[in-house]
Amino acid sequence: MSGFLALVRRDLALSLRIGGGASFALVFFLMIVTLTPFAIGPDLNLLARIAPAILWIGAVLATLIGLDRLFQADAEDGTLDLLKAGRLPLEGIVLAKCLAHWLTTGLPLALAAPLFGLLLAMEPAGMAAAALSLLVGTPALTFIGAVGAALTAGIRRGGVLIAIMALPLMIPVLIFGVAACNAAVGGTIPFATPLAILGALTLIFAVIGVIGAAAGLRQVD
Amino acid sequence: MTMINQLANPTRFMALSGRLLPWIAGLGAVGLVIGFYGAWFSAPADYQQGETIRIMYVHVPAAWLAMAFYTVMTISAVGALVWRHPLAEVAQKAAAPIGACFALVCLITGALWGRPMWGTYWVWDARLTSMLVLLLIYLAIIALWRTIDEPTQAGRAVSILTLVGSVNIPIIKFSVDWWNTLHQPASVFRMDGPTIHPSMLWPLLICAIGFSLLAVALHLVAMRTEIMRRRIRTLTILAADRADRTAGMAGYGSAAE
Repeated sequence: MSGFLALVRRDLALSLRIGGGASFALVFFLMIVTLTPFAIGPDLNLLARIAPAILWIGAVLATLIGLDRLFQADAEDGTLDLLKAGRLPLEGIVLAKCLAHWLTTGLPLALAAPLFGLLLAMEPAGMAAAALSLLVGTPALTFIGAVGAALTAGIRRGGVLIAIMALPLMIPVLIFGVAACNAAVGGTIPFATPLAILGALTLIFAVIGVIGAAAGLRQVD
Repeated sequence: MTMINQLANPTRFMALSGRLLPWIAGLGAVGLVIGFYGAWFSAPADYQQGETIRIMYVHVPAAWLAMAFYTVMTISAVGALVWRHPLAEVAQKAAAPIGACFALVCLITGALWGRPMWGTYWVWDARLTSMLVLLLIYLAIIALWRTIDEPTQAGRAVSILTLVGSVNIPIIKFSVDWWNTLHQPASVFRMDGPTIHPSMLWPLLICAIGFSLLAVALHLVAMRTEIMRRRIRTLTILAADRADRTAGMAGYGSAAE
């Protein structure tokens, strides 16, 4: 457990200090939220209606940031070999790195969602729902992306490939994330239903993602 | 299991597949000729959909095969990861483009069929969307194959992606169905119903068998090509290694003089 926490702390420190780029995801998220009105026009009614979609698309794309270096940096400088030789199982290593990635990507996005919702004229209930759904759903995005990151850890140009591999698998999370936001501001289904499924997806992908990514890392020499 | 083990020997596989291939391809061609004849001349036009129903004889087998080839890939991925059979890796690599092609054929014929029936080439219907996502997953798998140049390492990575994808496909299917019922479009379109008249069913089944045999033949050809490609790769590396060593020795010789 101490090894696990140490690894989380190390990854957090690496991403928070100079050269880590922990804020990139948040800035990128803001960029997407800003660009969309320029593309579709400043109609506040329309923006309010599609705001959950914009926030979730932004979250999905922003999650991809940093994924290409999630394992690659450690594979390149030999840290991964040291970690593999340690007592912490590879699955634990993956979980620790995913947790650190989520703490610097998914969590800030969820916390910033209400603020960005203001730009998109969301109702207060909608903002709270967006924040909650992002809080529950973004870990699933990180775990899915971790599989792609592990499979491309040994490849130099892995960035776009991770997106190509991970995005189709992120579709269920996107569907239920947006559905939860829409359900909160009116609709035929209660808010809890899609949110519960979103939570289930996070749990499922926590298992699949961690095991898959660990299996992928074992293939890296 | 022993039979599979014996077949897993690439040399034996090459001999056996070489002998079987003309028969499978020939049977597939005969099946497709009979099936298409039935589809074109003997099956009636649909009372609602008219002549466009004949697209079904390509569309439905393509959809089946697109899904069947993912199953082939999943089984091969297990074989490649658990038993480390090189042939399973080859089978998996050969299956991906074929499955992707059938998914694409299914989508294109579906679009052509949808234009006269639904008035549009594309609707975000649950089944169309699921097939599109399946195509995307196929493309991702092919992209991963093409990125890692060392075949064995690529095989393991793709096997993991294939298995993760196979766990995900039911989840995606469920989500897309759910999403579709939530956003049910205004126009209601349905297939004619669960029953299909025997005069349409038998050409469809023969077409499906013909396409399946064709697909198996294509798969065998692709596997044989891949095995030969790997042999050439190994021979090239060995030859280069040998040339390198002779050149190195010559270099030492000249230096000594």
